[in-house]
Amino acid sequence: MLIPHPLLGPRDAQEFTYLGDAALIDRPDGLAADAAERFFDYGYLRDNPPGEHRELWFHEQGDRSWLVVTRNITTHEIVRVELARDVALARGRGR
Amino acid sequence: MAEALAPLTVFGKTEARLDRIGALSIAERPDIALASLAARRERLTSLEAAAPAVLGTALPGVSRVAGGTIRAFWTGPAQWLVEAPYDTHEDLAAVLKQNLGGDASITEQSDGWCAFDIEGDATIALLERLCAADTRAMTPGDVLRTTIEHMGCFLICEQAGHAFRLWTARSSALSLHHALTTVAAALP
Repeated sequence: MLIPHPLLGPRDAQEFTYLGDAALIDRPDGLAADAAERFFDYGYLRDNPPGEHRELWFHEQGDRSWLVVTRNITTHEIVRVELARDVALARGRGR
Repeated sequence: MAEALAPLTVFGKTEARLDRIGALSIAERPDIALASLAARRERLTSLEAAAPAVLGTALPGVSRVAGGTIRAFWTGPAQWLVEAPYDTHEDLAAVLKQNLGGDASITEQSDGWCAFDIEGDATIALLERLCAADTRAMTPGDVLRTTIEHMGCFLICEQAGHAFRLWTARSSALSLHHALTTVAAALP
């Protein structure tokens, strides 16, 4: 499988490691009153829909950037690849 | 009187290792100082403005190498490794820190890495057996990180199709050297 890296172009999937659902970017506020409950959901609950799925991949044997890969898990087609940093910044995270 | 301490190469010798196999030469390069350079948060623009005073040229973009005596190569977004001759720049990290320390985090890397210069007409034949990188398409000044026998390496193209520099972790340099020489010896 080739992953089209936004900076480096198509790179072999062997160079990457997979973390999981891109929803992990939205880490709950640890100081909120219901933090324990929200961290339980954050740590354990995942949607598992067929079709397009947003995932976090790490280019470990490359430029060490985190990517958000939108992948169709029924056809394995890779629809879109973004730098996770850009996604996080766009969602109002500080970095 | 204690004798002066002499640095040893990766192979535990005082002389750099040089292998000539067929039309290939694989030369260990212990004479290069190395430091890492990473832009601090929101300081990339000022780092880019300050860097030419040290490098003689702008910091290289994605997958590129730039500079003269002091040369930087891109390792990731807003991150570089910087090379210089060890004889004259043993204090490379300190020099960088003095000039760019306000905008970047700099660490000494010289003894953490090992460089091999691979040269010869069979260079591409060697590299295409060892890694998934499209070395045939690389032009002088291109750099990329890939794996050779599960070891992470930086691959710098010095002369298209003919000369490449390989940077790898010093701790696994002997294994990489074994892979290079074994495959080189088996080339048709």
